[in-house]
Amino acid sequence: MGTLTAAVMVMAGIGLALGVVIGFFAKLFQVKSDARVELVTELLPGANCGGCGKAGCSDFAKSVVSGENPPSKCPVSSKEQVTAIALALGIDAGESFAKKAVVCCGGDREQTLRLANYNGVLDCVSASLVAGGPKGCAYGCLGMGTCARKCPFGAIEIINGLAVIHKELCVGCGTCVAVCPRNVIKLVPAEAEVHVYCNSPAKGPAKKQVCRVPCLGCRKCVRAAEGKFTVNGFRAEVNYQAPELPTAEDVQKIGCPTGCLLTAEEHLRIEMNEPEWSAGKDE
Amino acid sequence: MKYLELTVGAVLVYNFVLSRFLGICPFLGVSKRLGTAMGMSGAVIFVMTLASFITSLLYRHVLRFEYDGRTVDIGFLQVLLFILVIAGLVQLIEIMLQKLSPMLYQALGIYLPLITTNCAVLGAATINANNNYTVLEATVFGFFSGVGFALALLLFASLRERLDLAAVPAPFKGTAIALITAGILAMAFVGFSGLC
Repeated sequence: MGTLTAAVMVMAGIGLALGVVIGFFAKLFQVKSDARVELVTELLPGANCGGCGKAGCSDFAKSVVSGENPPSKCPVSSKEQVTAIALALGIDAGESFAKKAVVCCGGDREQTLRLANYNGVLDCVSASLVAGGPKGCAYGCLGMGTCARKCPFGAIEIINGLAVIHKELCVGCGTCVAVCPRNVIKLVPAEAEVHVYCNSPAKGPAKKQVCRVPCLGCRKCVRAAEGKFTVNGFRAEVNYQAPELPTAEDVQKIGCPTGCLLTAEEHLRIEMNEPEWSAGKDE
Repeated sequence: MKYLELTVGAVLVYNFVLSRFLGICPFLGVSKRLGTAMGMSGAVIFVMTLASFITSLLYRHVLRFEYDGRTVDIGFLQVLLFILVIAGLVQLIEIMLQKLSPMLYQALGIYLPLITTNCAVLGAATINANNNYTVLEATVFGFFSGVGFALALLLFASLRERLDLAAVPAPFKGTAIALITAGILAMAFVGFSGLC
């Protein structure tokens, strides 16, 4: 037998054998998959953010097909996308509540006292493990960007040591809410414009000692705009369940004495325009 | 003694990634998180062991055989045949895993098809052939080469996870600092040279 014949025969033989074996096993071990699951997965945004409570978009698609979740449970999909999925499956879309995250704290490096210098790993979870974190307020944003790093949409920016959410990028998946060690991020209805930028339930004077922009619980907002605010302990909150949400005019009318009641745009504008905090200033 | 030498050599001294510089692509690509690095390591160990076994069998019994009193040597087909067999083998394993163990299939995920054409796997097969290892030696070598790859990958992934939190100067962020880290890690492994 010549080398050439041997070479051709060996390659052809092994190739053929592999082909036959793979073909045989592919038939034998065939896995039947639901075509609808793939269809729904394709229609979903594919962000795999986990905002729906499932492991990812394909997992969520499975639960939609099985009827466990309505398509509207996906916080990222727009109304049109949800309708498209519902139409494709011939099921009810379910009611959609678009949400956005908001960091309920206005205490950046300028506004809130720091009790200690923290030199450890730049991460809110690590920092909060060291005696509760360096910040004077035990409820405020630590501003080390754990949420910003986790955000799958890059919607969180750390400005002056405070996490600020860019509303137009936020889809309301809730990833940041889950990772924040201080629970300072809340999911609110997307149409809400006005928020109380304070998370501390402590008494007014105690808050005043560590922060320049706390909610003192003065109830001015509750009196001025009936039903739009509630007071929880020493902290006012926007009543997001109310039929009418507070507007920019309401904020003007109320005139919060500390300025922690703001529209999201105003809050962002203030944080963006504050002088850049310079290292070494208060160390 | 021979096997001890093979083991230490494959894992530490002639580490696939850090001394032989094979399989750099997954080393940089799948080392961002420890979890994915573990999945990849598992897949590589698995495939390398199996591929070493099969290819050494082929090398010893198919690429050179006696026929009609003459020796037929088709060693020049080595690379071609190895790639064919490794690709077919991985494909086969994937089909079987999907049915038999969906959990493992999900855990290995995309990494299994990715390493079909990984140079580290082909490299292990070629080194086996060049050193004329017996089938058992080749299988042991394949397994521990995989372990060596896993060691390098897991070390590097842990380093990169820590680096994510470190204050890295802006020009070095991302791939730049990863490459520098890989270089330092490789230099550290030079310390093992001469051991066997």
